[in-house]
Amino acid sequence: MTEGEVEAQVTYPPNGSAAPPGPPGPPGPPGHAPGQAAPTMPTVPPQAPGAPPAVRQPPGTPAAPRRTAWAEGTDRLRAAATTEPGRLRIIGAVLALLVVAFGAVTTWQMTARSAAADDVLHRSQPLSADAAAIYRSLADANTAASSGFLAGGQEPAAVRHRYERDIERASQKLATAASNAGSDSSSAAAVGKLNKLLPQYTGLIERARANNRQGLPLGGAYLRYANDKMQTQMLPAAEKLYKAENERLGSDYGNAKPYPWAAIALGVLALAALAWAQRRNYRRTNRVFNPGLLAATAATTVVLLWLVAGHTFARSGLNESYDDGVRSLNVLNDARISSLKARGNENLTLVSRGAETTEVKGEAEDKFDVSYRALMKRLGDADSGLLGKAVDLADDTDGERPVKQAVANVGVWQERHKAARSSDDSGDYQGALDRVIGDKDDKSVKPTVECFDNVDAALDRALAHEQREFQRAAEDGRGAMSGLPVGAAVLAVLAAAGAVLGIGRRLSEYR
Amino acid sequence: MGSEVEGGAQTMRTRRGTVRLRGWGGVGAMGLACALAGTLVLALPHKGAGGAKDHGSGVTVAAPSRADADDCNDRSPRPSAKDGPAIDAIKNREVKKLIVGVDQNSYRWGYRDPNKPGGELEGFDIDLAREIAEEIFGDRDAIVFRAIPTNQRIPAIKSGQVDMVVRTMTVNCERLKDVDFSTGYFETGQQVLAPKKSDITGYDGSLKGKKVCSAAGSIALEELEKKSFGADISTTVPNQLDCLVRLQLGEVDAVVTDSALAASQAAQDPTVELKGEEPFTTEHYGVAMKKGSDDLVRRVNKVLDDYREDKKDGWRKSYDKWLKSGLGEVPGPPEPEYRD
Repeated sequence: MTEGEVEAQVTYPPNGSAAPPGPPGPPGPPGHAPGQAAPTMPTVPPQAPGAPPAVRQPPGTPAAPRRTAWAEGTDRLRAAATTEPGRLRIIGAVLALLVVAFGAVTTWQMTARSAAADDVLHRSQPLSADAAAIYRSLADANTAASSGFLAGGQEPAAVRHRYERDIERASQKLATAASNAGSDSSSAAAVGKLNKLLPQYTGLIERARANNRQGLPLGGAYLRYANDKMQTQMLPAAEKLYKAENERLGSDYGNAKPYPWAAIALGVLALAALAWAQRRNYRRTNRVFNPGLLAATAATTVVLLWLVAGHTFARSGLNESYDDGVRSLNVLNDARISSLKARGNENLTLVSRGAETTEVKGEAEDKFDVSYRALMKRLGDADSGLLGKAVDLADDTDGERPVKQAVANVGVWQERHKAARSSDDSGDYQGALDRVIGDKDDKSVKPTVECFDNVDAALDRALAHEQREFQRAAEDGRGAMSGLPVGAAVLAVLAAAGAVLGIGRRLSEYR
Repeated sequence: MGSEVEGGAQTMRTRRGTVRLRGWGGVGAMGLACALAGTLVLALPHKGAGGAKDHGSGVTVAAPSRADADDCNDRSPRPSAKDGPAIDAIKNREVKKLIVGVDQNSYRWGYRDPNKPGGELEGFDIDLAREIAEEIFGDRDAIVFRAIPTNQRIPAIKSGQVDMVVRTMTVNCERLKDVDFSTGYFETGQQVLAPKKSDITGYDGSLKGKKVCSAAGSIALEELEKKSFGADISTTVPNQLDCLVRLQLGEVDAVVTDSALAASQAAQDPTVELKGEEPFTTEHYGVAMKKGSDDLVRRVNKVLDDYREDKKDGWRKSYDKWLKSGLGEVPGPPEPEYRD
């Protein structure tokens, strides 16, 4: 109902703007309404509720019943459009509005996309990498603990260091994750759970060690308990965190990538309006160039091209960072965790000596060996499983080489594992132990630990490579958008000023 | 002594196949047998001396030649050195080794000393298993050890995963439905283990409201299910030693297991002790084999016979090496009883 008044401002600023919104229906007391409209008011019949009252009539028009404010405004515009200066004023206002709207929408949409791209690069991807590191460190620590146990009361220094490094990294990354988890309840819950369980786990491992050193089988019982805690509570929580962070990464990508259609449409519209205004100008005045309008057109064109090209580049950079970086990183992380778990199970097969069995096709088989086989299958080879996928995703030779190395080592690992199993099955426990955790430098032993270490190192190299790829592509993508929001705003203001000045120049000819 | 035992066995036979007498009934019968066998009751000195590893705190082992009324300890066939289908099957197998189910978590019975290179299992049960391997294959090392959890002992034998189980396994009538046993080679009974500072006094009302841990598939759990004195017995674990972990972590208040194993737990933790004067049941450990493999059972009984007799290199030597420090002096292994 105030719409009519606002529209009316265009032609009648002094009076119309002072009009308070009148209540619908019967007119208010005299004196409450604007002066010049008051006399005509009694003639207005009561209005249906909700319909805007036609309180004020444009001068010269007879008071017509049931006129809407919209019709009112159109009439005024039409009245203004009857004279050239009026028309020019309207055109100038519309052009300026369009260009400013274009600039504003561009700035708004690109700020959002640029922020999302920034999040991908500096927040969600690092957090997802951290979550993967937590997961990996925990699995690795558990594997190191079981290796240390197999090695006997005095565990090798290298194994001890590995375990300590893993725990240190896990707690460090957990602290980062805790401060970033924010209100995301699933991440926060997983981090909280891990923060609670990690000290319990390390406590159990230390007890296992202390008892082990004294030659007591109680150490093995503690190790089993710690392993159980890791397998059934901690690793699932770490996996949950990893998945939640990956989802957040995916949603940041989703926010950064879509084309800013609204801005593009407004840009095209503004350009069309500018072209039309100049053509009209030319037809009416025979003047080819209006510097103001020309400047406005140029500025708008620059913003539009910048917008389309910049976002296309950004999008392709982000797509590349996702396809070549994130997807490879996810597969490689999964592969590395699978190989770590497989190794842990290989160790536990010897730690437990068949103490836990599971039914496979009606036959009792060692639980840990069954699990080892499933994980190795998941890990796969050059054509299948996670490594097969990683080979497919590797887009350059630098990325492919370490994956191929991992594949080769997994093959040897499986052969050696079979030999270790047959040693154990034929009662040669010491032989099996040598084939699993034996001396790597002893050429006659050929332990599986050598293969596992090679796989782990190769996957680490592949991960580092893909992380660099991601970083580079994502930085390119984000760089393509940088400056665009500010640039668009400044140029749009300039373009609007140009349009107003250009029209003003024509308008001044009427004074 | 012999006649006393005969008398006891006679009473048992009259009850064969009838209601199993356990718990307080078992304790009562045991008490009666104790009175009869008077001089044989050997209360071991309560000792707290020795290193942290080697002291069995307040362990008592009941009279060795006495058996519970319902333990079916007299169902094993007489020893024989003859090969039969079961032994032939083992000898003609691809892997020319005896596959024995053992424990690797029972300190001094079947365990691995992490400080010894090689990770070989050792202990009282392991010695016996090697003795059997020597009898069958002529080689103490012709043996494959499979560590099996308490509740997998019978399934492992039934499925043929192992040839026999030498793993602190109590002979009883219920288990005889599924497997065959050798004669008893060790006598023990259930006992409560708790921290020295605990107000638990034994298998009695002091357990009320306490959390008590036992191994799944163990006699201890069976007994607790029959009579728990109001204790929470929901904590069960794959191996009795896992109970000590729970006890040390404060997740349970007490453990019920065989006194022989409880003593090995106490030997690993000087702050816990066995509660009660003596075990509240009496049981014999036997070697379990597949049902119906009579030739193998007779052969194992022959090994056990020789093992008991051999003063120099047999039962006594192994006992002195592994168990004496924790369980103290005992007169010897239980006397064998046969069904034929």
